[in-house]
Amino acid sequence: MPKDDKADKPTSGFSRRDFLRGSAAGAALSGGLLAGDDAQAAAQPTTQLAGPGAVPVTLQVNGKSTRLELEPRVTLLDALRNHLNLTGSKKVCDRGTCGACTVLMDGKPVYACSILAIEAQGKRIETIESLGTVEKLHPIQAAFVEHDGQQCGFCTPGFVVAAKALLDKNPKPTRQQIEHGLGGNLCRCGTYAGIRSALLGGTSQKGGGNA
Amino acid sequence: MPEYKWPEANDRDLIGKRISRLDGPVKVTGSAKYSYDINRPGMLFTRVVRNPNAHAKITKLDVSAAKAMPGVKAVRVIQDVGTELQWALDEIVAIAATSEDIAEDAVRAVKVEYEVLPHFVTAEQLDKAPNVKPAQEQVTGNPDATLQTAEVTSDGYYGCLTVAHCCMEAHGQVCEWEGDTLHAWCSTQGVSGLPAQFADGLKVPASSVHAICEYMGGGFGSKFNVDRWGIECAQLAKEAKAPVKWMLPREAELTVAGDRPSFWAQIKMGAKKDGTVVYWQSKSWGTGGPGGSGSPPLPYVFQFPDRKHQHFSIPTNMAASRAWRAPNHPQACFLTMTAIEDLAAALKMDPVEVFLKNLQFTGARAKTYADELKIGADLIEWKKKWHPRGESGTGPVKRGLGVSLHTWGGMGHQSNCDLTIFPDGSVEAKLGSQDLGTGTRTVIGIVLAETFGLPLNAVKVTIGDSRYPASGASGGSTTVGGVSASTRRAAQNALEQLFAKVAPDLGVPPDQLEAEQGTIRVKGNPSKNMPWKQAAARVGMTPLTVKGANPGPGKLIDQGVGGIQMAEVSVDTETGIVKVEKMVAVQDCGLIIDLKTAESQVYGAMIMGISYAITEEKIIDPVTGRMLNGNMEFYKIPGIGDIGELVVHMMTGPGYDERGVIGLGEPPVVSPGAVISNAVANAIGVRVPYMPVTPDRVLAALEKGGKA
Repeated sequence: MPKDDKADKPTSGFSRRDFLRGSAAGAALSGGLLAGDDAQAAAQPTTQLAGPGAVPVTLQVNGKSTRLELEPRVTLLDALRNHLNLTGSKKVCDRGTCGACTVLMDGKPVYACSILAIEAQGKRIETIESLGTVEKLHPIQAAFVEHDGQQCGFCTPGFVVAAKALLDKNPKPTRQQIEHGLGGNLCRCGTYAGIRSALLGGTSQKGGGNA
Repeated sequence: MPEYKWPEANDRDLIGKRISRLDGPVKVTGSAKYSYDINRPGMLFTRVVRNPNAHAKITKLDVSAAKAMPGVKAVRVIQDVGTELQWALDEIVAIAATSEDIAEDAVRAVKVEYEVLPHFVTAEQLDKAPNVKPAQEQVTGNPDATLQTAEVTSDGYYGCLTVAHCCMEAHGQVCEWEGDTLHAWCSTQGVSGLPAQFADGLKVPASSVHAICEYMGGGFGSKFNVDRWGIECAQLAKEAKAPVKWMLPREAELTVAGDRPSFWAQIKMGAKKDGTVVYWQSKSWGTGGPGGSGSPPLPYVFQFPDRKHQHFSIPTNMAASRAWRAPNHPQACFLTMTAIEDLAAALKMDPVEVFLKNLQFTGARAKTYADELKIGADLIEWKKKWHPRGESGTGPVKRGLGVSLHTWGGMGHQSNCDLTIFPDGSVEAKLGSQDLGTGTRTVIGIVLAETFGLPLNAVKVTIGDSRYPASGASGGSTTVGGVSASTRRAAQNALEQLFAKVAPDLGVPPDQLEAEQGTIRVKGNPSKNMPWKQAAARVGMTPLTVKGANPGPGKLIDQGVGGIQMAEVSVDTETGIVKVEKMVAVQDCGLIIDLKTAESQVYGAMIMGISYAITEEKIIDPVTGRMLNGNMEFYKIPGIGDIGELVVHMMTGPGYDERGVIGLGEPPVVSPGAVISNAVANAIGVRVPYMPVTPDRVLAALEKGGKA
């Protein structure tokens, strides 16, 4: 789908474009195909092999440090869901497209399915579970409820975390900035109208009119 | 027996208001546990050896290496040597291991050899299909004669491609045995129906199967069945003596877990100069997996008196299609409404005028459509913005308007509700229903609270378990009617008993009492009342449990709705990119229980429709028979920036409310493809015959039409 160039202004901290840039750099370092042999040689000395068996991994999740024994190939998402029972981050596409696994890493939204748990060591990880509780919702969560920015709810935690990252940087985003900031998350039920008004709309109800 | 009915408009405190969904907080906090989120002690994970060919016979199979791998706890050969496999990614061997990664390693260690057989996967050209099953031609009236009276005719060729359900939560379940009892946490649209399906596959009594689905991440028609993966998951759990999770990876989800079948059609129409249609002739064909496809209902909504239709079913080497939100309606609507719009262009008439001229053929909802077309036209400024086809200025970006209309049944399904009033005044309803995200839980709560005159937070709704009273599967927009009616009847039954206990204290006959504002009070004399809690205490030590069912006495529900949609699109004729600028939905669904979640259903349907109209398509490679875009990068559903301005108008009040509750999930998803296709044709002056209207197809149509 088209997006005009203006929409790509980095207003939200971490965009899909940043992610792609990051991936390209990563590919260059590990494969050497893009950057040539020099880059590969330069990268060699810093490479440490881990595994293939389980290795100790320490993760800082929601303000708590936890030591796990994980195979190096375990993603941050699987570590959260299967080893820490933090199942609010969802597994949907499992390859960095849909955003249902979005967590904050040092305050930036990232796809937990596309980061290895061993890479996330030393970083501050915040998941949906660190925001509000059912009894005391975070204001963003309350707005999602009020504006019905959810249906089946499977994509919702990812959207809430991405929305938090956006609003932390830009507390009063325009519609275009919202569409850009949440452009890395997908929903199948079609809750975008509610999400849009949740982020635009304060506490007023969505109403039957335009969205 | 009480007189079962809905409260009058001025007596409704909650029904019809905008109320936030009850399970909103648990979902936004990530604490809702979906089947995918169930983690059981010692749970194993499943990976599957899948058929890489579209059609093949297994000639060799060796699982010994996989079985010997550390961490592998159970290996199930699902289809053995000699089996003929009819579609790609069909399950051959399932492996349960201590982690998904180890299970995946074991999958790679399985050795399979195949005899590859010829396959057929696409059916755009009817004459190229190797195996075609024609249905009988249906002829109504005397079309051959009326064709001679037509003053204007138009011919068209149209095709809508296959789309997936692409539920965010994949199909699957967690199975765990406790002695002879199977607990199965399933992502399902029908929790009450699952025990019988498990029992059939496992040869155990249905009474020993316990299915649970408290939250589920989307179904859209694809999750009614336990499926082979449900049965085999239970078998793996039995063999491994451990709980087993089996959720489909995205590629399998998109390839084998169902889709909406494709349809193509050649359509000829004839009309008088004033726009009255006198002739319809359609020849359609389509795919739907090895079993072929059923006929789309053509012509759609407009039952022209003189018409003929013939359908050809084409079996393919693809997993069987499944019900996809409003089965066959979006395709039939696309084929019909585009043909009518093309006829309107041939007549040089505004299509809204042509629709109005022929509403006499739409049956019981003709007046609703007329009212809705007027409202829709105002909301999108049709009269101001519409222009004859292709007369959209000289710049490269063209704007155009489109219109369509649709129908659906939506009669409430069978439902049972057990309702308990506890002596402390608390209230709980239990139903073997499920909330797909439509708002089922909330609707039940609103009906309970409204009937008892209590605030919404004073009632408890418990659903999503096969041990609760059976309720129908959630499909075909049948749930809201079913559960609201069974709950209303249960609540009225409970009130009748409560009134009888309280009446002597208030000194009036029971039929003079009402439940309002947290009290049981005398009608017309609200100061003569008893607080709810005090009244509830009169049930005694044993809680009062009553039942309600649907179907049942009294007029609480109905079927048959009509809706219209209009869209304004812009089309970049240099890139072929279509963008929805604004879309309007005007929809009736009888008495609305929760206006907020009802509107969300319509918004969601419009967005899902924009998706299948513009970007979404299962791309199947004819050479390999494999799906080329079995992932979410290239199986494209729109993002939040791709939807334009959306306007929803619900038809409520006199003429609608008194019909009772009617389902809403399907109807608004029917029209978007037709609306957007028609708007594109209006913008660029030629018909893009395919849905989705991807840029390559727009450019090809422009070139073919001499507009490039």
